[in-house]
Amino acid sequence: MSRPKPFLVALAGLALLAAACTSDKPATTATQAATSAGASAAPSSAASAAGTGEQSKFFVQADYDAQLAMRTKTAQGPADKPWEQAIDPQMVSTSQYKKSGGYHLCFSNAAVNNPWRQVGWKSMQAEVALHKEFTTFTALDAEGKDDKQISDIAELTGKGCDALIVSPNTTATLTPAVKAACGKLPVIVFDRGVETDCPVTFINPIGGYAFGADGAEFLVEKVPAGGKVLALRILPGVDVLETRWSAAKATFDKSRLQVVGVEFTDGDAAKTKSIVSDYIARHGKLDGVWMDAGATAVAAVEAFEDAGVPVPAMVGEDQQDFLQKWKQNNLTAIAPTYPTYQWRTPVIAALKILKGEEVPKTWKLPQPKITAENLDTYLQPNMPPLHYALCGCESLPGFPETWGGKK
Amino acid sequence: MRRALPIFAVLAALLVAIAVANPFFLEPAGFFAFVKRAAPLVILAAGQYFVIVSGEFDLSVGSLVTVEVVVAARLIDGDEAATWPVLALVIVIGLLVGLVNGAVTTLLRVPSFITTLGMMLVLSGAVFLWTGGAPRGALSQAFRVFGRDTLWSTLILLAVGVAAALIMRADFGRTLIATGDNERAAALSGVRVTRARILAFVLSGLAAAVAGILLGGFAGVSAQVGQGLEFSAITAVVLGGVALGGGRGSVVAAMAGALTLEALFTLLNLYGISGALEFTVQGVIIIAAVAAGAVRLPFPLTPRKGDAHVAS
Repeated sequence: MSRPKPFLVALAGLALLAAACTSDKPATTATQAATSAGASAAPSSAASAAGTGEQSKFFVQADYDAQLAMRTKTAQGPADKPWEQAIDPQMVSTSQYKKSGGYHLCFSNAAVNNPWRQVGWKSMQAEVALHKEFTTFTALDAEGKDDKQISDIAELTGKGCDALIVSPNTTATLTPAVKAACGKLPVIVFDRGVETDCPVTFINPIGGYAFGADGAEFLVEKVPAGGKVLALRILPGVDVLETRWSAAKATFDKSRLQVVGVEFTDGDAAKTKSIVSDYIARHGKLDGVWMDAGATAVAAVEAFEDAGVPVPAMVGEDQQDFLQKWKQNNLTAIAPTYPTYQWRTPVIAALKILKGEEVPKTWKLPQPKITAENLDTYLQPNMPPLHYALCGCESLPGFPETWGGKK
Repeated sequence: MRRALPIFAVLAALLVAIAVANPFFLEPAGFFAFVKRAAPLVILAAGQYFVIVSGEFDLSVGSLVTVEVVVAARLIDGDEAATWPVLALVIVIGLLVGLVNGAVTTLLRVPSFITTLGMMLVLSGAVFLWTGGAPRGALSQAFRVFGRDTLWSTLILLAVGVAAALIMRADFGRTLIATGDNERAAALSGVRVTRARILAFVLSGLAAAVAGILLGGFAGVSAQVGQGLEFSAITAVVLGGVALGGGRGSVVAAMAGALTLEALFTLLNLYGISGALEFTVQGVIIIAAVAAGAVRLPFPLTPRKGDAHVAS
């Protein structure tokens, strides 16, 4: 989520456009932004309205229903290796891609510009190293730019790769590039999707609706009716984040909780802390905080600590700094996850495809949540604070040093 | 000082408006929470003031703040014993970056807009290269207390504020204003223009280091911590009535400008207006302030002593 340097924008005399330029992802309409802002503009109004604003235009009821149902299904595959598991797999034949050994594997990466992608990228490299069948591994980093990824994919398809893994930067823009690659070699897409079914397999966890609902349902369960909940979002207009919020909104709307504000943090810890402090000041106390991503969860917890009020029910993510805070302060918390172990799966899929073995057309990985019951399993004090617990990397060679941990 | 009066009126009005919207603001805890949050920007504005009043710009402070926080986190890595050496290093980095900015601008005669823009890109690129976009390590509790503890940040803010005011009252302050007002005249009357400007950049670097310590303490390590701060600092200085181009304005007013900007953001937030509007507000303030400075007022102003371009 790189953003143009705001001052450059302003110096160019385009300050008025700054808000619209904060992301190269599809932007939401102005009315939507205004609605969510408007929702938080009435802090003292009666508790009648849920205060969640209008539903996101990214909301698709069928996908929502499917993801919520998937949460309770048992995934097929080895129990101790969730990255090899699949939920409701529809297997497809890959015999046409079968080749004899000594493979050249290629990877077009959207970016490595956040801790989540860093952890995943290390796991993927370690996974490749596990398999002697891969003699060459070529990876290009698009640095978060669509245009660079388009030329990266074109370059890789002409490099004699036997299989191509793509982690698309954005969905719509990368679709033609992926389509073009599909004609030349087997393509595996993971994380964000593309608008074509030409890849041999598309790998990702259950998804954003399940993530958003896991957190919201926890708050509905823990916070008494009429309790005040603050929802914190990174930024509007990014599909994977919109789905998280829209599922949470659906849950809150059905509940008797009062959403006192829906705010955008830009994923910035200082801003998050300021926003939460303001809400504590305005409302005296809050009963729950929902977040669409946990990177700034610790900053939100600290806002309560620094204000000298009890920390309410929190929604975080599986980063170690949050898990540590949770354990230390014995918080009422939950951590939905978007597991980084999904970075291992495309390599395994590539090997299967090149050996002519069946793979699921849509490879849905399980998406566990961390609760008070299993917190200790995921808490790893020897790992760095921004490490994601669900890396599935503990058994890989080089762990924990490669991931920044101490033995 | 008379030029500075309007900003204090605006600040007072905003503080009253905040208090009306949120009575908690009147309690010590509420007010000092605001002071704590505003402290880094006020300090940055003081640093930026020295550079602006001497006729230059410093666009590198935002990335410098990020560098300081990311470097500190990586080197401390949660180890309390490393706190003081790293704090010293953070200050040294700030001074050094300021020195390079100043030397390149004055000795190599590269316009400061370009020097510090380049420095900003160099620093943000270096941070990205070193961290790969995701900072590692953690700040120690002893490091964080400066930005997290209200008493500490208030004391640091006061110390910086008093120091800045004293610097401007000393000979160096007059030298700096003379340099920004009319470089040639200042040089002819014996001012060492180059040295004054280099020192101004060094002070700005130092301010960025202190702001970095406070911001890192406030919210912990993040690779976006300094994003856009150079722009906020310049807006604050301009809001305080300091002329872009140099030679006019007081450092106290510049710091009041930073408090005003922070109060404005707090007020917008209290009324539930999206944070995205912050950039818009800053853009409008900068353009309006510079435009207002360029417009000849229809009524005569009392010329200030030693002010070469009162109505320009």
